[in-house]
Amino acid sequence: MNTTQYTARITVQRGTAAVPATLQDFEVPYRNGMSVLDALIWVRSNVDPSLAIRYSCTNANSCKECLVRIDGKTVYACTYRLPKDGVTVYPLGNKPLVADLVTDIIPPKEKLSNLLP
Amino acid sequence: MPTDIQRDILVVGAGAAGMYAAIAAARQGASVLLVDKSLIGRGGATVMAQMTVAAAIGEQAPDHWSKHLEDTLAAGRGLCDETLSAILCREAVDRIRELDAWQVGWARDKDHIRQVMAPGHSVPRCVYVDFLNTGPAVAATLRKQVAHSAGIDRVSGVSITDLVVNDGRVAGACALETDTGRQITIAAKAVVLAAGGLTRLFERNSASANMGGDAYALALKAGAELIDMEFVQFFPIGHLAPRLVGMDPIMWDPFRYKLGGRLLNGDREEFIENYGLSDSGSYTAPRDAASFAILREVQAGRGTPSGGAYLSFEHIPEEDLRTAFGPVIDRLQKNGIDLSRAPVEVSPIAHYHMGGIRVDEQMQTRVKGLYAAGEAVGGASGANRLSGNAIPEAFVFGERAGRFAAKDLDGSTGWPDAKATADLISGPQGCGKNDAIHPVRCLAELQKLLWDRVGLLRDAAGLNQTLDRIRSMRNEIADCKPAHREGFTPGLQEWHDLSASLLVAETVTASALERTESRGAHQRADFEHSDPKQARHLAATLADGRPRITADTLRTIGN
Repeated sequence: MNTTQYTARITVQRGTAAVPATLQDFEVPYRNGMSVLDALIWVRSNVDPSLAIRYSCTNANSCKECLVRIDGKTVYACTYRLPKDGVTVYPLGNKPLVADLVTDIIPPKEKLSNLLP
Repeated sequence: MPTDIQRDILVVGAGAAGMYAAIAAARQGASVLLVDKSLIGRGGATVMAQMTVAAAIGEQAPDHWSKHLEDTLAAGRGLCDETLSAILCREAVDRIRELDAWQVGWARDKDHIRQVMAPGHSVPRCVYVDFLNTGPAVAATLRKQVAHSAGIDRVSGVSITDLVVNDGRVAGACALETDTGRQITIAAKAVVLAAGGLTRLFERNSASANMGGDAYALALKAGAELIDMEFVQFFPIGHLAPRLVGMDPIMWDPFRYKLGGRLLNGDREEFIENYGLSDSGSYTAPRDAASFAILREVQAGRGTPSGGAYLSFEHIPEEDLRTAFGPVIDRLQKNGIDLSRAPVEVSPIAHYHMGGIRVDEQMQTRVKGLYAAGEAVGGASGANRLSGNAIPEAFVFGERAGRFAAKDLDGSTGWPDAKATADLISGPQGCGKNDAIHPVRCLAELQKLLWDRVGLLRDAAGLNQTLDRIRSMRNEIADCKPAHREGFTPGLQEWHDLSASLLVAETVTASALERTESRGAHQRADFEHSDPKQARHLAATLADGRPRITADTLRTIGN
């Protein structure tokens, strides 16, 4: 089995446009090769379901929805490996913040608000 | 009070089926609202497709759609709705040509579109876009056509929570925008359900997060019928270990086919032929039988460490691997996978749903004005889908649903009072106990339950236990609808998703219990053989909030 006993730290920026950002640490059981998205999904299932992250394809690097910022770089949470010595994850800096790691990435021509009075 | 939005046609789901439906409806002059709970053309199953698209275009070898139909019916184990299968095979040719004209980029040899063999096909028939890029190329091409079609409005990040039916005819829908918490009403003269299948309900799956059965739940609640809901296709060699990120778990199929990858049990022995299947080198064992053989090996204690089988390319020279895999070999190396040195572990995973919404030849359900398209439709694949038929199904049924919906816009009645109707349909308002349920954990429990007891091998005891648990979960969450509030509302969204998933899971389980035989993807440990008397559909409708399963006759050509 590729399961090991130790945990890894994942620190996540929490908050919304209205609530000031704070950093929150989580400890996640580490599996060889796991992605940052794997870790975030584990946190949602086992610790805090209110942690906000947007994703669809989960694994295939095809939906492009799980964009986040790590070490100042824009990356996909689904393909970025969780480092054994921990990681800090921020929402995209150049998109309006919705909540936690979710930003408004909906293309301008696909917004509901375009159709409402 | 009027509705927030009014259009001729509402299309729910923006994968290939939904986008094609929108394009086809707009070609008829209809005004279309194309809605996806994720992003248009990115969130569904289409964009994840990697390889083969079957169509009898006859460029690689002589072929005819009637031969494609023969192969489709043979794969379907006597349970196809032959009328739908025939439409699929005949019109796949036109749609593949249309995508070619839209410059999707089908792989070509010098003078023709390249077509390859795939399991269950009698001739090389499957087109694709290199490398492993069929889904993204198809999605990008259709997104462009949608953007260039007059009359289509696109909306991302909005999920349809209920359909509105008035005097037996669909009149629109209620919807929720997750990012803002906005609840809106949409009036439409026709609705096309193109929101995909249900494979996310199983623990091991190749699904996107959106494949939770929404389309089936919406159809049932609106009064439409579902058929063949017990038939879930398990893809035999889904990736299991080591952890592979950034790749679709079903990626191995074409390579195994191209190179002759060997399937081995935990003792490193070939086993497929022990199950009466012929597979070595040519990889022609059908999906249902291959999945079942792997399961039997694992149950006999001959599985791999992670509970599957080995897929080995170790006997293939490294340069041949590189030629066949192209840049994919580098992506694998980044995942620590060196195929020339070690095998990978594979396992059957839930991949596609054969069952679905019952439609006529115009893709209309028994509810007037309510249409379905793509994987959401049941019947064309019977008890087992032929590989390569899912994407053409999305194209063909999508195009038809949009076209026929747009031709039938008379007689719609509209919403008498949008606010009152929406309140009525949305049911009890939230209880305010917004933390009373844990939707993520509930879904995980459901996935494990279905994988263990409603997966590859079923029996009456396990199905009955599952039904009991699903029913109690449905009761538990019914009282715990989160209160609506402004702002980002994943809780309410997940409550709606979970409610739909539980209803659909109950329907699948009840159907599986009712089919007391083994056929195609439905295997019963307590009824090991096919029963000729059960060569008929099981239909599901909603009665007092519960799925009701009834036997129904098979539609054959000329019948």
